[in-house]
Amino acid sequence: MRKFNHKDLLGMGQLSVDDIQLILDTADSFKDISSREIKKVPTLRGKSIVNFFYEASTRTRTSFEVAAKRLSADTFSLSASTSSMVKGETLIDTGRNLQAMSPDVIVIRHSSSGAPHLLAKGVKACVVNAGDGINEHPTQALLDLYTIRERKGRIRGLNIAIIGDIAHSRVARSNMIGLTKMGARVTIGGPPTMIPLGMEAFGVEVVPDPREAIGDKDVVMMLRIQLERQRRTLFPSLREYSAAFGLDSEALKSAKPDCVIMHPGPINRGVEISSELADSPASLILDQVANGVAVRMAILYLLIGGSKADAVDKERAAG
Amino acid sequence: MLWIKNGQLVDPVQGVIEQVDLIIEEGVVTHLPPRGVFKPEGDQIEVIDAAGKMIVPGLLDMHVHLREPGFEYKETIATGTLAALAGGFTGLACMPNTAPPNDCRAVTEFILKKAEMAGFAKVYPIAAISVGQKGEVLTEFGDLKEAGAVAVSDDGFPVASSELMRRALEYGRYHGLMVISHSEDRTLSGDGVMHEGVVSTRIGLAGIPDAAEDIMVYREISLARLTGCPVHIAHVSTANSVELIRRAKEENLPVTAETAPHYFSLDHNALRGYDTNAKVNPPLRALKDVSAIKRGLADGVIDAIASDHAPHSILEKEIEFDKAAFGLIGLQTTLPLTLALVREGVLGLPEAIAKLSLRPSRILGLEGGQLKVGSIADLAVIDPDIEYEFKAADVLSKSKNSPFIGKVLKGRNDLTLMGGKVVWRSMS
Repeated sequence: MRKFNHKDLLGMGQLSVDDIQLILDTADSFKDISSREIKKVPTLRGKSIVNFFYEASTRTRTSFEVAAKRLSADTFSLSASTSSMVKGETLIDTGRNLQAMSPDVIVIRHSSSGAPHLLAKGVKACVVNAGDGINEHPTQALLDLYTIRERKGRIRGLNIAIIGDIAHSRVARSNMIGLTKMGARVTIGGPPTMIPLGMEAFGVEVVPDPREAIGDKDVVMMLRIQLERQRRTLFPSLREYSAAFGLDSEALKSAKPDCVIMHPGPINRGVEISSELADSPASLILDQVANGVAVRMAILYLLIGGSKADAVDKERAAG
Repeated sequence: MLWIKNGQLVDPVQGVIEQVDLIIEEGVVTHLPPRGVFKPEGDQIEVIDAAGKMIVPGLLDMHVHLREPGFEYKETIATGTLAALAGGFTGLACMPNTAPPNDCRAVTEFILKKAEMAGFAKVYPIAAISVGQKGEVLTEFGDLKEAGAVAVSDDGFPVASSELMRRALEYGRYHGLMVISHSEDRTLSGDGVMHEGVVSTRIGLAGIPDAAEDIMVYREISLARLTGCPVHIAHVSTANSVELIRRAKEENLPVTAETAPHYFSLDHNALRGYDTNAKVNPPLRALKDVSAIKRGLADGVIDAIASDHAPHSILEKEIEFDKAAFGLIGLQTTLPLTLALVREGVLGLPEAIAKLSLRPSRILGLEGGQLKVGSIADLAVIDPDIEYEFKAADVLSKSKNSPFIGKVLKGRNDLTLMGGKVVWRSMS
């Protein structure tokens, strides 16, 4: 049996090609559970999973909860506004307190890059990064990879464009790492103020003009304009952004005829993507959401299900 | 009488003198006879055998944060000056960003008083340039100088107003106070937490571009040219800064500069695992900057090495990276990290010691940094060859925020003397 030898899932950078394939294959075997009449298996009965969301999220949090429940795990939720962090407790202390209640997995979303890494050092539970600052969002990338593989039958050799606010997007970072690792050719585009220095480190091509970046692509992944994350002066107005960098049917003509459109959501309709395209057959946006549950089930299973104990102990001893 | 025998004297001015004896009487070096010449008489002689060791003038750290008053939980004047002695420093200059900041006579006097009470390394207070370090109104340079301040700086807070900086230079020269610049354009560094480059992009942390430093270094040089007044650039970290300072010196402008050991020992790759102990301002830069800093040290563009010792407790460091405080401690690692430059061939031994003693002393207008007949016997006896793992337990500062903890260092101060008296001795 193939093994997943990690205590935590902190980022795509830590995963090998085999790890990624194992996760996607495992997700395949879990996907049909969601379409059964009884959407529940006893696999993780007796396990506890804490959803610790320090930053607002509806979709990812619900997805993790549904995933855990379909595997019969108990879930607990903790959000920043209800946690002691508003009373000044540090993340490490909160982690220690959570640990004292012996959870098996802590799923964490945090506004600071690296926060899950900090937590993972302080707790025995497996830590899953559900998005940290502008660093990574590995489960989103994995569900994107899964969705691409499902539709296109492969990832290797595909031409994929990622368009938008690259600088502030953890989804873009995780996808760049995962997609290039799996053999896709990745092109990124967006306003020059949103493309950080040193993109070559990711092994991607930078083509600022989105019209050009979209050309000849199998997949176009649009990123959300994170209005809440804008500091200032990254672009002058939504109107101009939409005109210059938004995706509509006209712009999509330069892509391959069977090009699919993806978006991590929630979409700003009419800004990143025209409403018509978002609802078109080319759009995989809702497939992404559906697949998110299966992929997260796979991750939880691989971390704490089956005969994982040996591998985890080994990693802990080494770390 | 104290007889230090068999040592190798490293004097920044005279160079290296092999196998010398030092005779110290009443706190002053009275004889420096070659080995074997001195014939002791009487039994009132204390002997220190320095065979295999280097004897250097007491080091001066011109850039230290002692945190008192206001942040005694991070460091106190007593713990900081003791850590200084352990590191081979007999003197240090402390920055004014305390609470309240050192912007008036009362605080300067308080610091001096506390240092005297502690009785460890000598303390030379650096006063603030502006009241409250707000960058608005100049402090009373004359009164501060009289109280004992040796320089002025708003370190930690760049002086945003070019006009105020100009007046500080003019007024500082009049009062004989060196103006030390924290060169950073805050509108450009923004909410950055590390060097902007491939690593920040890769690990998703907001970057501080090197231009944030370069722009301000260029401004200070322009103001030195405009006014003819001296300016000292603190903690130089970028290749461009080194180049700008090089050109200023070629123009004979009164510009001096210091760097800190972490800028020639580490680069931004040290942050890949989100180690908050390596979060420092200015940030650890790229490899090309590290090389440029070494070149700048080698050819004298960078005059001095200072620790920029910045203690922070676990409360500010064991937290999310972007929320963690900037700064690392350096009083006990500066000497070994500088000696590494000697082994690398970047600096000759006397020049390395000069950058830790003579040059900072001259920049601040202080005596010291030399060991000749007649010098006050402030000195350190160093074992240059000892290799050891630097452990948290070795740290005498209250705070342990060093990225070098757990690393193997080479070279250590064994013995510190002030006024001919042993004030610190290593355990081993």
